[in-house]
Amino acid sequence: MLTNPLIYFVVIPLLMLAGIGLCNNRNVGAIRAVAVIGSLALLTLSTFLLVDFLGQRAAGADAAMLFVNDTVVWFAPLNIHLAIGVDGISVAMLMLSSIILFTGTFASWKIDQPKEFFLWLILLSTGVFGFFISIDLFTMFMFYEVALIPMYLLIGVWGSGRKNYSAMKLTLMLMGGSAFLMLGLIGIYYHSAADGNLTWNILTIAANDAIPHGWQNFLFPMTFVGFGVLGAMFPFHTWSPDGHASAPTAVSMLHAGVLMKLGGYGCFRVAIYLMPYAAAELSYIFLILTGISVVYGAFCACVKTDLKYINAYSSVSHCGLVLFAILMLNTTAMTGAIMQMLSHGLMTALFFALIGMIYGRTHTREITKMGGLMKIMPFLGVCYVIAGMASLGLPGLSGFVSEMTIFVGSFMHADMFHRVFTIVACCSIVITAVYILRVVGKLLFGPVYDEHHLSLTDAEWWERLSTVTLIIAVAAIGCFPNFFVDLINKTFTPEIFSVLGMTSTAL
Amino acid sequence: MDVTIPILILAIPLTMFLLLGIAGCKMSHRTAGILGCLGMGTVLVLAYYTAAQYFFSGNELFGADGVRLQHIVFNQTWLEFTPTMAIKLGFLLDPISAMMLVVITTISFMVHLYSMGYMRDHHGVYEHGFQRFYAFLSLFSFSMLGLVVATNIFQMYIFWELVGASSYLLIGFYYVKPSAVSASKKAFIVTRFADLGFLIGILILSYYVGNFDFMNLTSSPVASLAETFSVDIAAPQHIAQIFADNAAPVFMGGSVLTWALVLIFMGGMGKSAMMPLHIWLPDAMEGPTPVSALIHAATMVVAGVYLVARLFPLYLMEDTALVIITVVGAITALYAAMVACTQLDIKRVLAFSTISQIAFMMVSLGVARPEHHEALGYMASMFHLFTHAMFKALLFLCAGAIIHAIGSNDYTDMHGLRKYMPITHWTFLIGCLAIAGIIPFSGFFSKDEILSACLGYDWVAYVWMSLVAGLTAFYMFRLYFLIFWWKEHKIHEGHHAPHDQAWTMSLPLIILAAISCVAGFIPFGELVSWNGHPYDFMAHFDWSVAGISLAIAVAGIALAWVMYRRENALPEKFRNAVPALWTWCYHRFYWDELYMFITHKIIFGGICRPLAWFDRNIIDGTMDSFAAVTNKASEAIRPLQSGQIQMYVWYYLIGVLALAGICAACIL
Repeated sequence: MLTNPLIYFVVIPLLMLAGIGLCNNRNVGAIRAVAVIGSLALLTLSTFLLVDFLGQRAAGADAAMLFVNDTVVWFAPLNIHLAIGVDGISVAMLMLSSIILFTGTFASWKIDQPKEFFLWLILLSTGVFGFFISIDLFTMFMFYEVALIPMYLLIGVWGSGRKNYSAMKLTLMLMGGSAFLMLGLIGIYYHSAADGNLTWNILTIAANDAIPHGWQNFLFPMTFVGFGVLGAMFPFHTWSPDGHASAPTAVSMLHAGVLMKLGGYGCFRVAIYLMPYAAAELSYIFLILTGISVVYGAFCACVKTDLKYINAYSSVSHCGLVLFAILMLNTTAMTGAIMQMLSHGLMTALFFALIGMIYGRTHTREITKMGGLMKIMPFLGVCYVIAGMASLGLPGLSGFVSEMTIFVGSFMHADMFHRVFTIVACCSIVITAVYILRVVGKLLFGPVYDEHHLSLTDAEWWERLSTVTLIIAVAAIGCFPNFFVDLINKTFTPEIFSVLGMTSTAL
Repeated sequence: MDVTIPILILAIPLTMFLLLGIAGCKMSHRTAGILGCLGMGTVLVLAYYTAAQYFFSGNELFGADGVRLQHIVFNQTWLEFTPTMAIKLGFLLDPISAMMLVVITTISFMVHLYSMGYMRDHHGVYEHGFQRFYAFLSLFSFSMLGLVVATNIFQMYIFWELVGASSYLLIGFYYVKPSAVSASKKAFIVTRFADLGFLIGILILSYYVGNFDFMNLTSSPVASLAETFSVDIAAPQHIAQIFADNAAPVFMGGSVLTWALVLIFMGGMGKSAMMPLHIWLPDAMEGPTPVSALIHAATMVVAGVYLVARLFPLYLMEDTALVIITVVGAITALYAAMVACTQLDIKRVLAFSTISQIAFMMVSLGVARPEHHEALGYMASMFHLFTHAMFKALLFLCAGAIIHAIGSNDYTDMHGLRKYMPITHWTFLIGCLAIAGIIPFSGFFSKDEILSACLGYDWVAYVWMSLVAGLTAFYMFRLYFLIFWWKEHKIHEGHHAPHDQAWTMSLPLIILAAISCVAGFIPFGELVSWNGHPYDFMAHFDWSVAGISLAIAVAGIALAWVMYRRENALPEKFRNAVPALWTWCYHRFYWDELYMFITHKIIFGGICRPLAWFDRNIIDGTMDSFAAVTNKASEAIRPLQSGQIQMYVWYYLIGVLALAGICAACIL
């Protein structure tokens, strides 16, 4: 097991937890050092994994998952294993998570009570990394819960505004989703094999293809809604604005950047991958819900005045597009969905990092109480404009390639209903421009609103490092999309489409 | 053909943008300006070389038997959707892209040079953000060059968005000024809305056709030559057949192909400021004047015309789409000309004149049919695009010089400037003569051909457009007389007398004026035609049309002479004679107010706010009420756990009795 590089995605965070646990409360330098070294190690590890993965693919490894290890048994009577393995999508997600953890560490350089904060933050990351490498449904669910619970404390203790209400609301709603999810997963387990050899292993379940269609129609909504709550699907998205508004910077970054991806990833990996027939049959209902998310979130963002609320609603819109595209069940749209997850993760993290930095200086997030910040803090201003441009889909940045892949892919769908809904979703590009430019115009341009702001300083080195890293990642996806498309695309091997009962070319 | 030069044409401006954008604040203003000019100058030379190669080298890749071909210099896959559908970034050389290379680099270089003088105050101090200005100019030049050499419709869309963004950045260059900020926002959002149509059009087209290549849509490959194509009516017919075979549903009276083409044209309407999506262009004059000359007069705003010209063979398949283009163009031309007669701000007059002239080009494309004079309208439209770019950039740069000298955009602060600024005066006059269509200036030739094309199509179009041509002469000379004549210039106390500008600003004016004088004699028909066949336009030249249009232009100028040469009461009388018309024109037919109403009252007030309320109170309220109900329920059953032993005994007894009762009932 220890020869498998994947397991270190869990081992390193656990070592970091131990390291920070041993640090003295007051020794901020040591805590930062552990956090930085650990997150850098994770970033390096995910880069090596990416290179190795591509190398193996190039060498002709065409199994759906590579680096598979499912020999460790946790609880034999229920067939629970610690089974790990990755495909291109998980590799991309691991890369995303480590970038955001790395930048998030720098964005919370000056946090109060750093020891406790980083302990919970890294515990959360352990859950995230564990989730992305798991291919055993039970283990996956366990890591999912590990990622959710620390959120309650991180928001409740380090948050701002109505933090207790928000923390409670977020936790309860996500736990509600988990309850559906648990039911769904148990249902899948009991139909995982026709011959009675029940299993939690995703690959085996997919290969068995034993879930009866009637059951699929029951279990699919359970799992899709269960993960969809975390993916901010209408009408279960309301935890997101309050949660983000109250959360501290790094937590918002990790939450919008990575945790919300757990939702989209789970919808794909569990709901669609294991129950394709139900996905095709029920896609109408969920297309309507996600289509509403896309447009509705954007419209709501147009009138909000709190920067974090605006971004939270913008996330509802962008994540809605992820689920929307997954439901199209064709290679191009699904590739677009994964690209959108990467793109949204990076640019939302950038947004929340910048909002945190601005809030740390002006002590307000109300756009009506700020103005002309470009003149005062040009570096942060320029970064904000770049983030905004990425969000509204400027070519050369990540938003454009992912949205276009989604739109083109979705419009390839043979069904008229799906194509009409694609046009509805397309409308979001205009509304996005409205709310982004409204914020940029009010916040950064124009005359300085508050004279007290004139004495504020521009970004410090750790803030510059954090934002520049994210901007480079956003531009890399935007300028060289084919690299990422290749990485993701190859995952949709014929095996998946045989499960879907379709061929990849016919779609 | 060697790929080095085409790659450099795109790479140099991009490098300049990154260099000046990232390292600009570390270098001096002067260095940044000189670097920008040098970069653009190199691109100018390379683009001229490429265009000369294309038109005159006789290379068989570019033309055989006198027919000009389309040649793809390189075409690199950038984003692959499916094995057949991919966005490629490439470089297409054909008559119109080669012509556009010349137009863009010429104007862009002139503007780079001019800005060295314009973007500093009277004491020679450079403006704040001078490096940023050059960085954005380079970004714009890169995007615009990428747009015109696009080999597929998605590449065009990519650069289309990029020119939109650079236009946004440049309009909002003075970002501290609220009016500039709102103008840039308006420009971006209005064109974004139009781009939505463009995108949907692309999606529909690609859904049926299966790829995005222009070559596939409009041309057929030349058998013996790799990557070379000839425009050929068979290709669009094939595409139209695909649509017909799929028996796609008719939607609101139009076939799917018609809708796709109209939606794509909608993108062009946004960028080219056709009614009703024109409202952003007059406001875009908030940007620095060189920007208005480059982006909002000569290059970006003609992108819509270029788009229609690029897909012209496909448009020929759907007469409805061409009729829509003609009607939209004709209405816009008249509307903008009427409004231009009443505006006070000289840049706004020029902006409306730009809208009107672009509408001329659109109408010209709309009336072009191969069966009438071998699609004279197509050639005329491209010709007018070329000449208009030169004289309109000239007019804007002159306006910039005047504004720089006076410090105001309003002609009421000007008057009588001819004595103070002779170079500006003469070059402006040349620009006015060119746009009015006086022989031998360039506008005469191109406009005359547009009118001939209109006459070949329908006499209503001809009469309508001639009327607009007369109005054009009138409002341009109204502007000219009001700026340079009318009455003596009043010099305010403590101010210098206005004077001509530094050489960096004068030189571009003189060069552009010289081009405006001679451009009409370019044998344009031999270079550009819709299918690459050389076009002898003298064979289609109609002296009666030319004579009439000249007479109309002279009449317009004469009217302006009478009304505005000297201070008099005629304008006032005219205004009082038709007060309603004047007010509507002055307020631009209240389009801005209409848009304000739609965005603020309907979209923000009618959709966004109610939705946000619904979200907070209904959706979130439901979630909160789940929590509240749980809370209430637990509050309600809590008293049962009171801790009083007597109460528990009491409950116990009730329970026992109830059970006993049930048992008794069962037994009995």
